[in-house]
Amino acid sequence: MGAARKGKAGVMIEAEKLTKRFGGRAVVDDVSFRCEPGTVTGFLGPNGAGKTTTMRMICGFAGPDSGRAAVCGGRYRDLPNPGRRIGVLLDASAQHGGRRGREALAITAQTIGVEERRVDDLLGLVRLDKSAAKKRVRQYSLGMRQRLGIANALIGEPEVLILDEPANGLDPEGMRWMRGLLKDFADRGGTVLLSSHLLHEVDAIADRLVIIGDGKIVAQGSRDELLSDAGTLVRAEDAAALSGALGAAGHAAREAEGGGLLVDAEPRAVGVVARDAGIALVHLAPAGDAGLEQLFFDLTSGEKEEVAV
Amino acid sequence: MSAHAIDRGSVPAGRQARPGLGRLTKVELRKMVDTRSGFWLLLAVLGLSLLAVVITILAGHESDRTFRHVLANALAPTGILLPVVGILLVSSEWSQRTALVSFALVPDRKRLIAAKVLAGVVLALIATVVGIILAALGTALASADIPHVWTIPVGLLGQDFLYVVTAMVIGIGFGAALLSSAPAIVLYFGLPAGLAALAAIHSIRGTIESIDPTTALESLTGSVFGAEEWGQAALTLALWMVLPLAIGLWRITRRDIGG
Repeated sequence: MGAARKGKAGVMIEAEKLTKRFGGRAVVDDVSFRCEPGTVTGFLGPNGAGKTTTMRMICGFAGPDSGRAAVCGGRYRDLPNPGRRIGVLLDASAQHGGRRGREALAITAQTIGVEERRVDDLLGLVRLDKSAAKKRVRQYSLGMRQRLGIANALIGEPEVLILDEPANGLDPEGMRWMRGLLKDFADRGGTVLLSSHLLHEVDAIADRLVIIGDGKIVAQGSRDELLSDAGTLVRAEDAAALSGALGAAGHAAREAEGGGLLVDAEPRAVGVVARDAGIALVHLAPAGDAGLEQLFFDLTSGEKEEVAV
Repeated sequence: MSAHAIDRGSVPAGRQARPGLGRLTKVELRKMVDTRSGFWLLLAVLGLSLLAVVITILAGHESDRTFRHVLANALAPTGILLPVVGILLVSSEWSQRTALVSFALVPDRKRLIAAKVLAGVVLALIATVVGIILAALGTALASADIPHVWTIPVGLLGQDFLYVVTAMVIGIGFGAALLSSAPAIVLYFGLPAGLAALAAIHSIRGTIESIDPTTALESLTGSVFGAEEWGQAALTLALWMVLPLAIGLWRITRRDIGG
């Protein structure tokens, strides 16, 4: 302890007001968050929201235009042998197609000074069998590349894992396996930051969520915190009347995915509005998952407009 | 995966140690041979060198069947084709996107490029030794009756190595400057060929010939250089080695990786 941890105690990954511009447009805009030991942080956002650029700035691949990022208490590029402290998977396709899977791992092991024996343990851990290990990466499916990439990140027995879209291409069984692996890693005191553009991929494992849209942090906090902030889901037989009454009372309401109205207010306030307007309610509860999904849906539909521009 | 708790901060000193340049060089050597393209390229270099030796001892004049000439011919395919391995060593990190793995493990980008150049020098040395062995075997088998068949000035042996290593470093420079395999290979061969074509224009022939790397390289294996030849060749070859490598280093250290 001590010398190796100069940063704030207990913060393994820290992004502080990170900003990155490409051609005048801020693709990452004032992004700040922290990841602590023993936690899994889900970095959520639609494609193109700035997740990848943020993670690459954390790992020293891209320089921020302003702000700073720290890992294990310092800049990534100042770590003498980062492979032994931080496991990184930035792109599962970033492997030489003409190299055999096992050999790709052996190169990492040799670089960071780990015995090559460990490579076979890891191949077993990520469930790439002998014949897969002998194949050239060109022949791998995306799911196999993800497994190889996760093995590559774990070779140095790191304290921190930074994984960009690791669930991409995994089948449901593979996703369950990865969930168990990351949970176990965090339970043993490790720190995980993983990104995804799909809520359900990280919903079940993340202790904390950082949601990014169009380069800015939209929401962050523990899952429960975010759920309690998600508003109220209400259904009435006369939805139009309810919507009008809520509007008149100054509460923003919009149609939720899967029916009902999503209201930016406490259930109690919504109930009072409905009573005063004499509207019978069918359902009234904190929005929870539906609210989170709605927040996400809004971000994703925003992305589609951007693509068209 | 072990079940024990993950150490935070209390990492043993050995784990934290920066990987030495020697180890990184070994890794880069491994990367040159462990891909399909690298493997076949090296096999092609070996096969063509062997072919050059066989043709020389079967079809060459008596004066060409001496060790020094057989060696020059054995190294010619090496000098032409081996640099492609050097080009790919750098450019494939971008074309195959492995830079996202390599620089995550070695964030000091200059250090990784230094290891690549060192690995190129080591491979050039190995290739020269292989050429010497092939040439010696060929000479021993075929030309034992020619007088002074084994005579070779030590200086020329040094120039033979310099020929291979210079070509290799130029190749690595092109890979680094262009950061993309196909354009780097095309320009590596195309630029000198283009220069040679320009030399047909009489008024600029002198200038062109003085910066033509092919002539300078090939003259290295011909005869022992005098002071004047050294001056000429050293300047030309230094230009071709240093300029692309400098451009490459500037691009690699300044640019964001993996865009």
